[in-house]
Amino acid sequence: MANVPADLRYTKEHEWTKLEGDKARVGITAFAQEQLGDVVFVELPKVGAKITAMKAFGVIESVKAVSDLFAPVSGEVVEINAELPKKPEVVNADPYGNGWMIVIKLGNAKEWEGLMTAGDYEKLIADAGH
Amino acid sequence: MRYISNTPAQQREMLARIGVGSIEDLLARIPAKARLSRPLNVPAAMAESDLVRHLRALSALNANVDDYACFLGAGSYDHSVPSPINHLISRGEFFTAYTPYQPEASQGTLRSIFEYQSMMAELTGMDVANASLYDGASSVAEAALMAHAVTERNAIVLSKGVNPLYRQVVETYCEGPGIRLKSAPIGDGATDLDALRKAVGSQTAAVVIQHPNFFGCLEDVKAAAEIAHAQGALLVVVADPVNLGLLTPPGALGADLVVGEGQGLGVPMSFGGPNLGVFAAKQELVRRMPGRLVGATVDLDGQRGFVLTLQTREQHIRREKATSNICTNVALCALMATIYVSIMGKVGIRKVGELSTAKAHYAAEAFTKIPGVRLRFTAPFFKEFTLELPKSPERVAKRLMKEKILAGVPLKAFDRAQKDCLLVAVTEKRTRSDIDAYAAALTAAVA
Repeated sequence: MANVPADLRYTKEHEWTKLEGDKARVGITAFAQEQLGDVVFVELPKVGAKITAMKAFGVIESVKAVSDLFAPVSGEVVEINAELPKKPEVVNADPYGNGWMIVIKLGNAKEWEGLMTAGDYEKLIADAGH
Repeated sequence: MRYISNTPAQQREMLARIGVGSIEDLLARIPAKARLSRPLNVPAAMAESDLVRHLRALSALNANVDDYACFLGAGSYDHSVPSPINHLISRGEFFTAYTPYQPEASQGTLRSIFEYQSMMAELTGMDVANASLYDGASSVAEAALMAHAVTERNAIVLSKGVNPLYRQVVETYCEGPGIRLKSAPIGDGATDLDALRKAVGSQTAAVVIQHPNFFGCLEDVKAAAEIAHAQGALLVVVADPVNLGLLTPPGALGADLVVGEGQGLGVPMSFGGPNLGVFAAKQELVRRMPGRLVGATVDLDGQRGFVLTLQTREQHIRREKATSNICTNVALCALMATIYVSIMGKVGIRKVGELSTAKAHYAAEAFTKIPGVRLRFTAPFFKEFTLELPKSPERVAKRLMKEKILAGVPLKAFDRAQKDCLLVAVTEKRTRSDIDAYAAALTAAVA
């Protein structure tokens, strides 16, 4: 069973997000990076970009596939992980730590409550046949 | 040419196999009124020898660069095409213009495209090049779209020294995405840098200049790069790679993208096409490039091989989010260029540039001795120059055709302000006697 930290929230598109005051840090889950295989490229938005919940904010590419990255919540991008474009393999090595992608300043706090809990997400990936 | 036979016996065999009595039975469900009840109105079939005679007579109505001394340019040039090119490209393994559908099974095709990409990158001074654009015009337009995507900005500043036909294609491409176009005027033959500086702002995605430009004049590429970069815009340089054996590669002068028409590299003029679009970029922009890229790799046994690479930018994977809808290769013309550069080598391609520019200057000197004939601009030029004539350039060109000289391109159709001008190109193929005969004919034509 893949690692699903209990203190995070999740999307059905396999992003995790962590509440830090009025901001949310975002990355992809351990399950997602396992499914993708070796990540070779990550394209992130610019700081200041306005993003919308469940719309694409970036692109991740592995040796197997290319996928959009979906925003768990709406708001403004206040920080990006500038290391990732240079070292995309960090997403595989440390998806919940150094592999984080962006920090969003929450535009609508209510959205947070609609996100999946660790329990919900574990059930989702178990149903996905894992 | 492949010939697929279709004899009555074969037709009977095919009909028997699918259980149909005759070809007429196959067509029975088409209503009679929708069918043509008389023979097609085309001439009767000819014997091969008659047909060849007929086609020769038709083709003799055209002027061609074997029988005429060609001083035409404006994007298509009569550079020499070494004879091995035609022999090599006619080989069955190569003779397709198309992109391979099962690319890795066609190692030879991929290898030739890889070599082409490497040569173009070296000539232009860029890191990576593709073989995917059909001509100069669409390569410039794709560069505009790419700059818009990379910078997320919405305006392109085009120098009026860029071929007017290319500028029209850029306009067409930019209409859909709503990219605004601004133009920077030319001064005395080259882009007016003060006006360019004023036209470039915080919303400019790219500055596009052509070097040498449409009028033949050299541009200050470095200064244009500084103006573009100071505002965070890209510099797109439209260049003719056959000149780059002699001229400094635009990559060394600050260009971010180098595009243009590669026809001069061993591709015949062919009445205007097929041509060869050049597209080269700096490494950091590779993921936004249009088209396909061939990469070198090693297989499981450690042997060198070639693959299509970075395909996740492309339409068949990224759908509407692809970098562009270009998903082809101009493989046959790229192969001509590859063979051309291999044959000419470093020294040969430099020599083509030297001879072309030396002969162009000899011609300009000879022509401007003629009373009333002068250079339109004083800016330095390369292998092409703009003449101002005391008589209608259209009429002069027509008159010189009688002497088997294609005198140049009258500019009125491009720009009414240049209605007295004739654009004259001189390649290494023009001889002193070609040029002297032109001068004599021009003297008579304007007298």
